[in-house]
Amino acid sequence: MKKKIIYLLIVLLLIFIFTVFLKGLYKPNLYTPSQTSNKNLIEFSGKDLFSNIEITSQQLTSSKKFTIINIWASWCLPCRSEHPILMDLSKNPNLNLVGLNYKDQSDTAKKFIYELGNPFSNILVDNNGIISIELGAYGIPETFIINSNTEIVKKYIGPLTNESFKEIEKIINQ
Amino acid sequence: MKFFKFILIIILPFFILQKNLIANDNSILANKISKNLRCLICQGQSIYDSQSDFAISMKLLIKKKIEEGDSEKKIYQYLKDQYGEWIVYDPELNKKTIFLWLFPLILFTFGGLLIFRKVFIN
Repeated sequence: MKKKIIYLLIVLLLIFIFTVFLKGLYKPNLYTPSQTSNKNLIEFSGKDLFSNIEITSQQLTSSKKFTIINIWASWCLPCRSEHPILMDLSKNPNLNLVGLNYKDQSDTAKKFIYELGNPFSNILVDNNGIISIELGAYGIPETFIINSNTEIVKKYIGPLTNESFKEIEKIINQ
Repeated sequence: MKFFKFILIIILPFFILQKNLIANDNSILANKISKNLRCLICQGQSIYDSQSDFAISMKLLIKKKIEEGDSEKKIYQYLKDQYGEWIVYDPELNKKTIFLWLFPLILFTFGGLLIFRKVFIN
């Protein structure tokens, strides 16, 4: 009787371990940080790409109902593909678009903007990538939507698409 | 004048040495922290080992935070808030991870008891 109980326990344990591993197989291996979090925006400052004037995060977020911070670089191909969407978003009067130029060369960044248009009210330079990391980004392009209480309402990892454009419009017009 | 020169020769190297020692301590701590952080780009590698842009920037941020006087615990907490608990290799003891922490202990106790029974009782 005792032996039977031990065997049963071992079999149950094996089934349990098998189920845990089987479940683990179907879980995605790549980790991505959460995209919806009502965290407060950290305070940061950086130099403007064109005027070279130091600008603080408070100055950036205080003017409109919502602020979008978009991390981009001229060497990033997906940034090129999402640029028309940013241009469309810049037409919204409730929105202030801020660019964060990530690890880029000033000349090529300016060329990129002259070529494709400037949707941003300000473009801050992030030469060593520290501001982006402080914001919680881990790759580019990445877009943060911030409300007037400086809370990050939504975060988009990767290029913006037509669906994300509609989503953003919905958030802003709420 | 000679006295001042003497003092300068004695004190100056002391200050330089002290500054280097602090810098060295900071880089040891920065390395320690970056070894316990996962890289989100090269998943499976630590921030210390990875050469991705993300990891390079992260190392700079850790150095900056240490220079600003942040403690090791505060830096981990800050990064956990930004990227989630996944970023640290050492999982916290909470509701979700209690089994992970306790299971080896249970196995160890159970195994120990079995060995004890086999050796001393039989």
